[in-house]
Amino acid sequence: MKEYWQEIRALTMRWVRRLSREKFSMLFTLVQPMLFWLIFFGNLFQRAADMQVTQASSYISFLTAGVIVMTVLNNGLAGGVDLLFDKENGFLERLMSTPIHRTSVILSRFIFVMTITSLQVLVILGVAWLFGVQPVTGLLGVATILFIGMMFGVGLTAISMAMAFSVKSHGDFFSVLGFLSLPMIFLSSALVPLAAMPGWMGFLAQFNPMTWAIDAVRPLILHGWAEALPHVVMVIGVMVLFDALCLYGGARAFRRAIG
Amino acid sequence: MSRAVAIEVSHLGKTYDKVRAVDDLSFQVYAGEIFGLLGPNGAGKSTTLRILITLLHPTSGSATILGMDSVKEADRVRKTIGYVPQERAIDRFLTGREHLELLADLYHLSPEDASRRIPQLLKLVELEQQADRPAKTYSGGMKRKLDIACGLLPDPKILFLDEPTLGLDVQSRLRIWDHVRAMRERGITVVMTTNYLDEADQLCDRIAIIDGGRIKALGAPNELKVGLGGDLVSLTVREHDRVELLAAAVKNLPAIRAVTTTPTGLDIRVDSPEKALPAILDAANRLTCQLEFIDYHRPRLDDVFIAHTGRSIKDDQPKAESP
Repeated sequence: MKEYWQEIRALTMRWVRRLSREKFSMLFTLVQPMLFWLIFFGNLFQRAADMQVTQASSYISFLTAGVIVMTVLNNGLAGGVDLLFDKENGFLERLMSTPIHRTSVILSRFIFVMTITSLQVLVILGVAWLFGVQPVTGLLGVATILFIGMMFGVGLTAISMAMAFSVKSHGDFFSVLGFLSLPMIFLSSALVPLAAMPGWMGFLAQFNPMTWAIDAVRPLILHGWAEALPHVVMVIGVMVLFDALCLYGGARAFRRAIG
Repeated sequence: MSRAVAIEVSHLGKTYDKVRAVDDLSFQVYAGEIFGLLGPNGAGKSTTLRILITLLHPTSGSATILGMDSVKEADRVRKTIGYVPQERAIDRFLTGREHLELLADLYHLSPEDASRRIPQLLKLVELEQQADRPAKTYSGGMKRKLDIACGLLPDPKILFLDEPTLGLDVQSRLRIWDHVRAMRERGITVVMTTNYLDEADQLCDRIAIIDGGRIKALGAPNELKVGLGGDLVSLTVREHDRVELLAAAVKNLPAIRAVTTTPTGLDIRVDSPEKALPAILDAANRLTCQLEFIDYHRPRLDDVFIAHTGRSIKDDQPKAESP
């Protein structure tokens, strides 16, 4: 157990070190979602968005939940990229030739991605606060938001790692990534509530786990516990199912690649 | 001579998608030797290496490392071996020292052991000056040295090297060879793959020539060369119609082992060149058979390779005229 922890700590520190060496990349990773979506998109659509439809005092306050979950989505889907490079340049092989527990590398990646994502979510909430958005459920609400984000993130990171272990080339990986990311966002309640979507889009969006996550995070920010609680309970159920599926698939891909 | 066996490979086979990459391989590696797997790209030597370091499971047969099965006791095997993958397997953002620190934790070294061994290794491979620079600033030779330091970090009983000098300049190659020899001096068994003949010849105590997933020849480079039978004298004859005549005359001379006709002349295997050469020239004179070119050489490892695989290591296609 002590050895397991030693491995995981060392491997996690490696990801942290890599990020800290790539200063520009770090800056853009942290800044991009709030800059592009929250500040620009949020303010751009302030007057175009109908408050009757969004049921929020401002479009930014409506959008905050969406931007948070989008950040979880993007970080999760990109979570396997570094492992993909490790696989391609042989570093993974070097790691796997050492007497580490076979799951350590993967676990370190989960820990790292979840930590970075949580920090980003806090930064987004901070920026939203500058625009007058305060989560009405307070600190406990923020903690719940982080928890939901992590549950969603675990499944997404597992998908990403499964892809990293299965694809033949990294070109394939990034094609699939680009293909998944935007439709997931548009076919969710991130930018527009389901009720305001064209019927077929609203129909598809119901099956998007992102919608469930957003529908729980949004009332935590805007409305309060009474309205949020049923959604929170629901999303935890959905996410347990989602994570179980993704982890199962991920474990299979991992075993095939490393086994 | 009976020697302690470090690795025992028995009827090893590995099939990927119905392609047999390794086919019924059996050999032993003795403790304390440098053992080379020599073959062209795609011959199956890297697959064999990956099975030995527990990263691949064999489809059939078994490999035993220091008495431990590579599949059933993989974790124990990993504790006793070091692995040096090909040069690219380096994290460009980490410094040399950080690579070693990371591996120290993965081999579960105590902080005291790690802080004692890491400077020693950096000194050994002459990377002290660059230890705190990110690996992306390293030259090919420096990366290779870092690789070797990483491989030595667990203080392994057996070190596996995958193409240790691939793509290096001549000086770096010689340095790496020195390091590998120094490891043998320290009692480490070394198993390496290579597709350089001179490397196999000069560095390895014993080699296995692998082609098409099978062992074609196994032994010390010198044994293999001697096994070919004698030194080689190649004659290029000006008048091609005289070749048969000359062959018949040369056959009965002393110290001649075998004579074969080639498109341009004769290949003659001789036991002692100082006796054979004058006799051959004499015979040619007597027959007034003009020689355009005489080549004499001891068998090289290329000859061994060609004799056993029917092609040169650089060729991708087997030679049509070879037996």
